[in-house]
Amino acid sequence: MTNAVEVRGLTKTYGSVKAVDDVSFTIGERKIYGLLGRNGAGKTTIMHLITAQLFPTKGELKVFGEAPYENNAVLSRVCFIKESQKYPDTFRIADVLELCASFFPNWDRDYAYSLLDEFRLPVRRRVKKLSRGMLSSVGIIVGLASRAPLTIFDEPYLGLDAVARSLFYDRLLEDYAEHPRTIVLSTHLIDEVSRILEHVLVMDGGRLLLDEDADALRGRAFTAVGPAAAVEAFVSGRQVLSRESLGGILSAVVIGPIDAEVRRRAEELALELAPVSLQQLIVHMTGEKSGRKAAHAQ
Amino acid sequence: MDSSFDDSRPIFVQIAERIEDDILQGHLPEESQVPSTNQFASFYQINPATAAKGVNMLVDQGILYKKRGIGMFVAKGAREKLLEKRKAQFYTQHVAAIVREARKLGITARQLAEMILKGEDSQ
Repeated sequence: MTNAVEVRGLTKTYGSVKAVDDVSFTIGERKIYGLLGRNGAGKTTIMHLITAQLFPTKGELKVFGEAPYENNAVLSRVCFIKESQKYPDTFRIADVLELCASFFPNWDRDYAYSLLDEFRLPVRRRVKKLSRGMLSSVGIIVGLASRAPLTIFDEPYLGLDAVARSLFYDRLLEDYAEHPRTIVLSTHLIDEVSRILEHVLVMDGGRLLLDEDADALRGRAFTAVGPAAAVEAFVSGRQVLSRESLGGILSAVVIGPIDAEVRRRAEELALELAPVSLQQLIVHMTGEKSGRKAAHAQ
Repeated sequence: MDSSFDDSRPIFVQIAERIEDDILQGHLPEESQVPSTNQFASFYQINPATAAKGVNMLVDQGILYKKRGIGMFVAKGAREKLLEKRKAQFYTQHVAAIVREARKLGITARQLAEMILKGEDSQ
């Protein structure tokens, strides 16, 4: 099976700013990927490179085994939903959907219209009169109904309420099960999406920090809380992602699973243990103090 | 459907445990069909590959078996097998922890035994 995306030593610089810095990864076919990281980490630049809207400064990039630039065989198989997609002022929602029908070979018109109902969008309304959340819903509908072999959502839910987001996850999983394809989701709502991701790519400061199975990252780290001296005794010889103290109490985020040995030792020292979610893990790894250090803490 | 998972362990392990629980409690009798991977995925809002991993783990252990083209079924003797496994875990996971906590609170072995009997009666 060829990969959906293959990237080797990909670099994009703007003057002295390295937006993407020597990044290598592959995106396999028919999997759901999360592209995560802080603002300015280089996620959107990577998505623009993959979709041939930017040229790399250096490095190799293949989409479905070919260079994507002006390559219709590749680009007709890619759907990119941008964070703030612009449409012509005169367009109604119906016009957007009709246009998509001519762009995407796998476009499913009936499905698009059934989603329109579910997301409660007014077909006849002009796009420029839509609210922020409604505009996001249009993007989601285009992304789902295009059934493109590589579908990329860049922060698809600005202004979208919790009900609509949950509907998005439901429909995404359902349609993915029926029509398996590669999905890349870039988002800051990590806790919400962590369960639907199969694989996670985390960017930080233009570099790739993590490239791992989402499920394998659960239990990657834990928090130990207790009297400072006891916590220090506990963490000696372990990799610590961050420390926070309150009075005499210290809370440390430690790399490693909570296994029997950890439990026994914590019990001895009367420490509290708590799991660290994927979102918290990424916060600790890409936060101010710990970014670079954590890159080596694997 | 929203249902929470424990953040400290992989979801596929927890999916497998939920299927095991359903078999132990008789919700999934032997030779009955188990929901499909995609049904699990949409019910729990999780990735289908994760659900498949949990199901396949039970296939490897001989708890479930695959009927080609139909789906997954609970194997004969699955419940017995699970009972044995869970009983073995019961001591390490539960009894040892109760005894430790009891000691911390100054509860004697006799008092603990009385509490257990009382709990048994009220069920």
